[in-house]
Amino acid sequence: MMELNLKTLTVHAAADMLAAGEITSVKLCRAYLDRIEQVDSKVQAFLKVDNEKIMAAAEAADKRRAAGKELSHYDGIPVGIKDCIVTKDETCSCASKLLEPVVSPYDSTVVDRFKAKGFIPTGRLNMDEFAMGSSCENSAFQNTANPWNLECVPGGSSGGSAACVAAGEVPISLGSDTGGSIRQPAAFCGVVGLKPTYGRVSRYGLVAFASSLDQIGPMSHDVLDAAIVLDTIGGKDEKDSTSLPMPCSGFAEAVKGLEGHDLKGVKVGLPKEYFEAEGLTGSVKAGVEKAVETLKAIGAEMVEVSLPHTKYAVAVYYIIATAEASANLSRFDGIRYGARQEADDLIATYFKSRGAGFGDEVKRRILLGTYVLSSGYYDAYYLRAQKVRTLIRRDFEKAAEQCDILLTPVTPSPAFKFGEKSDPLQMYLSDIFTIALNLSGNCGISVPADVCKESGMPVGVQFIAPALEEEKLLRIARIFELNREIKEFAPEL
Amino acid sequence: MGDQGRIDVGYVAGLARIEIDPESKERLQHDMEEIVAYIEQLEELDVEGIEPTAHAVPLTNVWREDAAQESFPRDVMLANAPATVDEKEIKVPQVLPGEGMS
Repeated sequence: MMELNLKTLTVHAAADMLAAGEITSVKLCRAYLDRIEQVDSKVQAFLKVDNEKIMAAAEAADKRRAAGKELSHYDGIPVGIKDCIVTKDETCSCASKLLEPVVSPYDSTVVDRFKAKGFIPTGRLNMDEFAMGSSCENSAFQNTANPWNLECVPGGSSGGSAACVAAGEVPISLGSDTGGSIRQPAAFCGVVGLKPTYGRVSRYGLVAFASSLDQIGPMSHDVLDAAIVLDTIGGKDEKDSTSLPMPCSGFAEAVKGLEGHDLKGVKVGLPKEYFEAEGLTGSVKAGVEKAVETLKAIGAEMVEVSLPHTKYAVAVYYIIATAEASANLSRFDGIRYGARQEADDLIATYFKSRGAGFGDEVKRRILLGTYVLSSGYYDAYYLRAQKVRTLIRRDFEKAAEQCDILLTPVTPSPAFKFGEKSDPLQMYLSDIFTIALNLSGNCGISVPADVCKESGMPVGVQFIAPALEEEKLLRIARIFELNREIKEFAPEL
Repeated sequence: MGDQGRIDVGYVAGLARIEIDPESKERLQHDMEEIVAYIEQLEELDVEGIEPTAHAVPLTNVWREDAAQESFPRDVMLANAPATVDEKEIKVPQVLPGEGMS
């Protein structure tokens, strides 16, 4: 058997090896579980891993393949699942004490679709509690570390999903992105993170944070794997009335065999406001400039565009997202499921269960959302924010008339250290480059671009395309990835 | 309000039904004042005549056929309940205020 380099092994490469009989699913899964055993005490990406269940699924996949009845080309490949996306008969805590005892009686649509292709759901991945945070420090259970430097955060909220792929503990994972929660940790950990167009992927079985913004997406070693996952999980689902009826397949085919392709005739827009933003560090600027040089060298044309309402995006987001969260999280009351704190009457039980069950950041956002929706304030905050959301959407529509795709930073800085950002507002402001497209509904992808010379940490860039134009987004991101100076991003760990 | 600042955190926590200890209340007060001051920069924009966006993708409500479907068995649903009555119903604390019921 050939040596497996799990730190960079892609799904498409593993699938080809399985098809060629060079490896079995049992050997592949065993190798990943050994790697988890070896490094996860340091990385702490996983809240739970059920080895027996995974190995049983791997054996079943090998049997199917031996009989010529594999469920797909990818039968027998593990996929990590963020703890807010439910898998049948597994816990789903959202990294919250309140949901710690809950075991899901059903599969989310995305997990169901993975299983139908033979992918093996592997473990429960750590996150900021209820997906609220940008560093994974808001988990009620553990701090996930960045595999590139264990003193740094992996980003959030899908910190576990990014860290486990970067550390080679699984080849791909699922995250969820409400304001950058896939793309920001992807950039911090040197992996690819895709936020599909709102509605591309069913939210059935995703614990809701902000329903009009939440979207599930993949985290992977390369763009081709992200396309494979989108083909697998995307498309209309009767169980989510906001899922879009348009076909969602063929993305992997569209990005295969792009080696040697150039970007002649492609106009890449650089939104000037993103490069004037406060707090943008030299290492991120350098990473984007390097990407610009790569794109120019293969024929792309750079144009400056303007997204004039950029500076209002954080304010709009923290009104809309908290308002929706305050409504969505009202269902967690310790009555039908979850951890109940017994009290004398029903109302006192609500107060005590929610007071003890939610962490500080979740309380802060529920209260903020409750405040902006409370009597007398609705028009001033929520309605006004929805109107500015329209202005932000129009900015993107106008920019799209001048270019094919946008290129921006993902984060103002590379991964920071634990405890470095203790002020909530400062943490919110670090989402400036990722949240606007959740508001507008565009699709975006974070792709590793550089490694910071001083800190040794990876730097990502973000490509943004109009809604439903994932094919263009993935093609351009793939061609960039194939031509960038650094070919593979892997931590020493 | 008044001396405490603009936001009555105790009142808002009451609306959200979350118990908050005095120490967290002070911290939340400070954080929320700061965040609300930040989001109020939206006031400088003229939004007269602008349609609000509630959803990134405009969708209209759709109806499915009113057809009977399998649902979860009772024991599966009750497996996550913190307390049950004979494993048939969810047990809840007293709902109406007043004397305890037997």
